[in-house]
Amino acid sequence: MKTSLLEGLKKNAMLVILVLVFLFFTVTTNGQMFSPLQFNALITQNAYVYVLASGMLICMLTGGNIDLSAGSFVCFVGVIGAKLMVNLQLPTAVGIIAMLALGALYGCVLGYVIAYVNVPPWIATLAGYLALRGWGIALMDGASNISPLPQSFTKMFSGKVPDIFGVQGFNVTCFIIGIIVSVVFVVLQLKERTTKIKKGYEVEAKGLLITRCVLAVAVIILFATKLAQAGGIPFMLIWVAVIVLIYDFITSKTDVGRYFYTMGGNTEATRLSGVDTKKMMFLAYLNMCIMSVVAAWLTMSRFQAANSTAGTNYEMDAIAACVVGGVSAYGGSGSVFGMIVGATLIGVINLGMSLMGIDANWQKVVKGIVLLGAVVFEIVSNKKKTAANK
Amino acid sequence: MANIILEMKNITKEFPGVKALDNVNLKVEEGEIHALVGENGAGKSTLMNVLSGIYPYGTYTGDIVYNGEVCQFSKIKDSEEKGIVIIHQELALIPYMTIGENMFLGNEKGTKFNVNWDETYAEADKYLKMVGLSESSHTLIKDIGVGKQQLVEIAKALAKNAKLLILDEPTSSLNESDSKALLDLLLKFKSEGMTSIIISHKLNEVAYVADHITVVRDGSTIETMDASVDEISEDRIIKGMVGREITDRFPKRPDVVIGDKMMEVKNWTVHHPKYTERKVVDGVDFYVRRGEVVGIAGLMGAGRTELAMSIFGKSYGTNISGELYLDGNQVVLKNIKDAINHKIAYVTEDRKGNGLVLSNPIKINTTLANLSSLCTRRVIDRDAEYQVAVEYKEKLKTKCPTVEQNVGNLSGGNQQKVLLAKWMFADPDVLILDEPTRGIDVGAKYEIYCIINDLVAAGKSVVMISSELPEVLGMSDRIYVMNEGRMVGELDASEASQEVIMGCILKSGRGE
Repeated sequence: MKTSLLEGLKKNAMLVILVLVFLFFTVTTNGQMFSPLQFNALITQNAYVYVLASGMLICMLTGGNIDLSAGSFVCFVGVIGAKLMVNLQLPTAVGIIAMLALGALYGCVLGYVIAYVNVPPWIATLAGYLALRGWGIALMDGASNISPLPQSFTKMFSGKVPDIFGVQGFNVTCFIIGIIVSVVFVVLQLKERTTKIKKGYEVEAKGLLITRCVLAVAVIILFATKLAQAGGIPFMLIWVAVIVLIYDFITSKTDVGRYFYTMGGNTEATRLSGVDTKKMMFLAYLNMCIMSVVAAWLTMSRFQAANSTAGTNYEMDAIAACVVGGVSAYGGSGSVFGMIVGATLIGVINLGMSLMGIDANWQKVVKGIVLLGAVVFEIVSNKKKTAANK
Repeated sequence: MANIILEMKNITKEFPGVKALDNVNLKVEEGEIHALVGENGAGKSTLMNVLSGIYPYGTYTGDIVYNGEVCQFSKIKDSEEKGIVIIHQELALIPYMTIGENMFLGNEKGTKFNVNWDETYAEADKYLKMVGLSESSHTLIKDIGVGKQQLVEIAKALAKNAKLLILDEPTSSLNESDSKALLDLLLKFKSEGMTSIIISHKLNEVAYVADHITVVRDGSTIETMDASVDEISEDRIIKGMVGREITDRFPKRPDVVIGDKMMEVKNWTVHHPKYTERKVVDGVDFYVRRGEVVGIAGLMGAGRTELAMSIFGKSYGTNISGELYLDGNQVVLKNIKDAINHKIAYVTEDRKGNGLVLSNPIKINTTLANLSSLCTRRVIDRDAEYQVAVEYKEKLKTKCPTVEQNVGNLSGGNQQKVLLAKWMFADPDVLILDEPTRGIDVGAKYEIYCIINDLVAAGKSVVMISSELPEVLGMSDRIYVMNEGRMVGELDASEASQEVIMGCILKSGRGE
């Protein structure tokens, strides 16, 4: 049985919506949305969402659990890092390692309290949400930011990949990388299909494969062109790409990833199958805190400082990205690809509305409606699916 | 002929792609107990859901004639107003509320804005007395046993002025004495003029209480037997249900050589996880040999599940003491992983709650307990996984379109097979099967018994915990009887009978 093109479209409804929303904003902003500058902005402004949502995805898979303290921790760990690097003039490496160590420490505490003491995650992380921002700001001694961060730190995250060809106004390296990525993508897709056919497994319709390859290549080349015009690949994109690829691998290919899913489906059955579910829960939160540290790095280097308001509502952005991307709020289902679509959709909506000059408060209203709409859509379409199966 | 209180005419109900009911006809006389029997998925529950308005008028075709008038129920309240009350298989009581609160839930006494609690509890006590419960209506539901909860459900139905009581598998989670009490209660109601429809898998109970027995098969009514005319025996009912005569309900086991002691437990004691002074299992000794099926009989709450789970890597209980020998060597199993590595498998009695991930496909469930064997450096070999799932699907004859199908969409019997497949793939030497055939139909049971026979023929040891005495007697080589946390009897298959087993339990209960 082959999957038809129409079913493919239905499965990727959120992706279709993303494209439509993007086109909508391109029209309403007279093409401003389509400018190289905005492509660059889309990535640099939202990099932290992809990183935090990767961690949040794992937590949510285990059973709809969330981390409310992520944003506050981004602020707190940023303040500590900035104090070390700016006030105490310690080397950048020391600052980075200290922040990672602090992330691991907080992760262990949070993971222990949630997994082994059985404190409900939203309570444990609510405590962190309150305490960490307060603590972070208190450590700033009344200043609203700590700056300037050493260049050796900010360059790691907020620079652009330099061009080796030196053409004015068009970063050729960026474009070539785009072409390489496209080729690798297509080759991997074809290879997967041929091995499947060789082993006699069910394959999707040829049309679907071709459509996917054409669309993916079009998107990659589009981004490569636009970013090349905007001056090159931002380092943030590389950080995001690496993290997202790692999490896609973990969730779809490894046993640990599998256990996160089955835990969300039925914790007790997973435990009785010999999986240490407490340890899995511990790992989910430890991992989340490490991701928060990475998000803090990205945020600090983008603003060149540690801010008292840094990370505000970041946890909500990450949760929203997951939920809009089809990650179940009850756990057990969702994918990294879906999360990317969700995060991008929210990013596009944010950017588009800002360009249209819509008031920030109204932007929140729209985002709220999109979030609710996405969940209702997911539940309704799931219901239809199960009804058809009965 | 007595007055016909209910007639369902030519009921047809379709789900997308499936005809669940096909021109079903059912006649129920006033003041009788009418039994509805059939294999799982035959359409019994669907029919009762149509009757009680869960599937509203318009979603099915055909007529419901109740007390001479054609009824068109659009919701449950409509049918309840007419006195038709359904009690579902899974009890719908709220554990942290009192009996009284539960009984009048959605039907509160008093005015719209002010519940009259005095009246509520007084009324509740009245109905509790009717069903023979001496508990106060202020007792919390969580503090009474399942048997009593079932009686509360019935009292709740009476409080709704039930004239026609529908019970869906009322005794499926009750032990024998509670079941008997419940059936006798139904007989008492009958003598007072109440009409009941009972859905049951337990044919001996049906034969005990029913005046008429209607057999449903594949969405159609096959026949209705009249207890006063036909001679009703279990074999006769089974013949109607499966459309063939089952000459042997338990498959013959090929000659299996029984070997040495594979697993032995000595002086095993387990305490309750919350009330740590209470002993749930008390000084138990037992063993199982290679190629042997050992049955553990006993009443609900005898401590059998707790015994099994505490052996299985301490997955239940605290302060576990005692000695465990595997193949003659003493071992200590720290956790579940340890138990699996020592080739012990525990197949739970609660397949939906503790056994399967219903929202995941058959494939993922099959490999869950032994996923590491399919991994190289933590990466799952998905092709190998698929092949394993297909292999077990074919071996156990699981009925499903593909192994990508979610387990939640399978029938109980097929779910049980997936659960068995999961543990067979873990390649254990000792399988502890806890109620392996609970809630599945006669045909699927037979297939499960065949699988058990294949397992012991392959040299595995099987410990089978079951509350169904015929099953224990039909399948076991040796039988232990457990009661109140202790082993109170060990019988060879040749000397065991229902009477002897019940005798062991009763004797120990009297403290002899």
